[in-house]
Amino acid sequence: MRSSIVAPRLSLTQKIVQTKIIGKALIALVALAVLYLLAVNAIKNPTVFLQQLVNGLQLGFVYALIALGYTMVYGIVRLINFAHGDVFMVGAFISFYAISRFQLHDWVAKLSPGMSPFVARAIGSITVILLSMTLCALLAFVIERVAYKPLRDAPRISALITAIGVSFFLEYFGALKFVFSPNFTPYKRPFDVVTWTLGRQGFGKLVEGEGVPEGNIIFSNIFVIIVLTSIFLLLLLQYIVTKTRVGKAMRATAYDKPTARLMGINIDSIISITFGIGAAWAGAAGMLYATAFPQVFFWMGIIPGLKAFVAAVLGGIGSIPGAFVGALIMGQAETLSAGYISTPMRDAIAFSILIIVLLIRPTGIFGEPSREKA
Amino acid sequence: MKNIDKSTLYFIGGSVLIFLIVQILVSVGILSTFWYTILRIGAVMAIVSLGLNLIYGFNGQFSLGQWGFYALGAYSAGDVTYRWTQLQSSGGLTILLLGVIMAGIAILLIRRLVNKLRGLDALSAFGLYLIGVILLAYLAVVVGGALENPVNSILKALPPEVSKQIVFVVAVLLGGLFAAEISFLFGLPVLTLGSDYFGIATLGFTVIVKVLLDNSDTMLGFAEMKGARGMIGIPKMTTWFWVFFFLVLVVIVTRNILHSSYGRAIVSVREDEIAAKAMGIDVANFKTITFVIGSFFAGLAGGLYAHINGFLHPDTFNFIKSFDPMIIVVFGGLGSVTGTVAASFAWALVLEGFLRLVLPEGFETWRFVVYPLLLLIMMLLKPNGLFGNYEMPFLRQVLPPLRKKTQSNENATDEEVLA
Repeated sequence: MRSSIVAPRLSLTQKIVQTKIIGKALIALVALAVLYLLAVNAIKNPTVFLQQLVNGLQLGFVYALIALGYTMVYGIVRLINFAHGDVFMVGAFISFYAISRFQLHDWVAKLSPGMSPFVARAIGSITVILLSMTLCALLAFVIERVAYKPLRDAPRISALITAIGVSFFLEYFGALKFVFSPNFTPYKRPFDVVTWTLGRQGFGKLVEGEGVPEGNIIFSNIFVIIVLTSIFLLLLLQYIVTKTRVGKAMRATAYDKPTARLMGINIDSIISITFGIGAAWAGAAGMLYATAFPQVFFWMGIIPGLKAFVAAVLGGIGSIPGAFVGALIMGQAETLSAGYISTPMRDAIAFSILIIVLLIRPTGIFGEPSREKA
Repeated sequence: MKNIDKSTLYFIGGSVLIFLIVQILVSVGILSTFWYTILRIGAVMAIVSLGLNLIYGFNGQFSLGQWGFYALGAYSAGDVTYRWTQLQSSGGLTILLLGVIMAGIAILLIRRLVNKLRGLDALSAFGLYLIGVILLAYLAVVVGGALENPVNSILKALPPEVSKQIVFVVAVLLGGLFAAEISFLFGLPVLTLGSDYFGIATLGFTVIVKVLLDNSDTMLGFAEMKGARGMIGIPKMTTWFWVFFFLVLVVIVTRNILHSSYGRAIVSVREDEIAAKAMGIDVANFKTITFVIGSFFAGLAGGLYAHINGFLHPDTFNFIKSFDPMIIVVFGGLGSVTGTVAASFAWALVLEGFLRLVLPEGFETWRFVVYPLLLLIMMLLKPNGLFGNYEMPFLRQVLPPLRKKTQSNENATDEEVLA
């Protein structure tokens, strides 16, 4: 006897349904509209378009540094650490106090006046950023021990609510008069801004008071510093995670906690280190962000924190390259939508991108396929 | 009277008693306006949180979009009554009424079609619904505008107080229905995402709604909403009677849903999606239904909130505040209706009322320093919420207990404990 399983014959409508054509058409329509908008504007005025890209890159690199903290913490304890944006804010404030109250960026110049001012300033600024990173790491360490560790075996939502509580606490405690004050404070940059222009006429220094030559894009040393620092920190993190023993332990803990414990990994300290590293990177981002947009405010962490978080999700939360790519996309989306669509709509556009990407790839661009059931 | 359960009688009697006590205290003047407002806000928060409890506590969908639907309900209901009292026009009412009805018809019709086309993916279905709803909503705007004058004359024939109340109640209900329909459209594709991703997408919804409200006068063309300056001139019509009436209604509806076969299906989705599927439960369908009902409650509460102060501001609907219902639900105990109601009132009384009064002059900013500390202590001491699984007798039913996380399946349940 011969038995064969014959696939049921599909009717034409069923075949059409299975191509998912309407959904694809919908997404294609949105994508085409966006591309059309970008192309039209890019052709109309390429200089402005390139300038937007440069500005977006600067923002994207700062977001990338914050997004790394979200993605690492989520990867290891599956917690959306809402307090991360406020750690970023604290980092900005630490550098603010270090610079304007204690003149820490000047210490080399004061100790050895003979040194070339460029090197002295560079070392001074690096000191400030390191201080900011260290203190933020300590803060995150304390937060983790006090607030999250006792809840490790509780339902995940309790830890999430606690994270929101910590976030509120940092914000409103910072808003008190004797802490960070509830006002906007202008931020003093540790170095002077130098702006360069780049265009068909070549590369040149922008003289203050003169307009930007036609067809040139401008960028400042802040842009260079942000990009270099971010790339350095990203590579450093990649090195830590992939090459060192701590990184190996982190990956093991993220993969399977009980087994990692059986292999002799001290899970608690690994989790603390993860929080610390994420916060240190956020502290660096805080200083860079404040340098780029010279103002500090106790609520300054919310929106960049949210954007970075969106970036982390966009790239696939838990993945380091994903956070980086997602952050660059977020930075571009923000400047381009502010430039070409509408400034107040840029937060909405960032989230619309997120939702659309999630609908196409439910776990983000670099995300692993979901380990959830169903 | 034989068939009515004792607990039902206690519940109704208790509700009437609480209503009367507060009402008398307010009428006599013992309760100041300050506390009166706080009580009403507590009741409104209870309605929002009950909706979220249905979505998150009972169905296990981690939604942060509740606040966005609350905002939609508030602004749409507020706009309807604003037009009636300030502009003497029922245009807002007729257009929204027809729009909601038409969109509802469109959704129901397309739903039948979609059910016939088995295997249609969520995004394509969303596309179909979107086209249908937009077409019929446009029709509603045209027809509703034409219907304005006849409805105006009917309402003007009634005594002004009565017509005002009618417009108010209809507006609040329409706010809820409007939010529910939007939630249906939004939830359809988004509910296919995994738990945390769903939460983030809904958070995105809240942010998008807030941004749209910020630009409501320039981008959406509602000049009376005044964008980021805040909408003023909404009649203050939410009395204790109305909030309490709607709260009791919502509690009863929630209870009846949960005690029906729908409720058991909803809870089974939370417990284990695969097992639920194996039992023949249409998981996607029940997720959508719960999301829509929860959002309906949010819109309802929004409509009531709009008429408490007569003032709406987009900052009220900021995404940071969107954690409030989540905090309340977790505080009260996930999956406990009693706990949610109690926690809502506690939240309003402590945060809005008590802390404002207790803190001395010049320490008002400390309110939000104390609040997170309370939150932390509370979470560390009672991570399962104040009431845990406790329900008062009227709401109690035989439910499977919440799944406890055990050591052996720690990894497997990592995702589902939140889910």
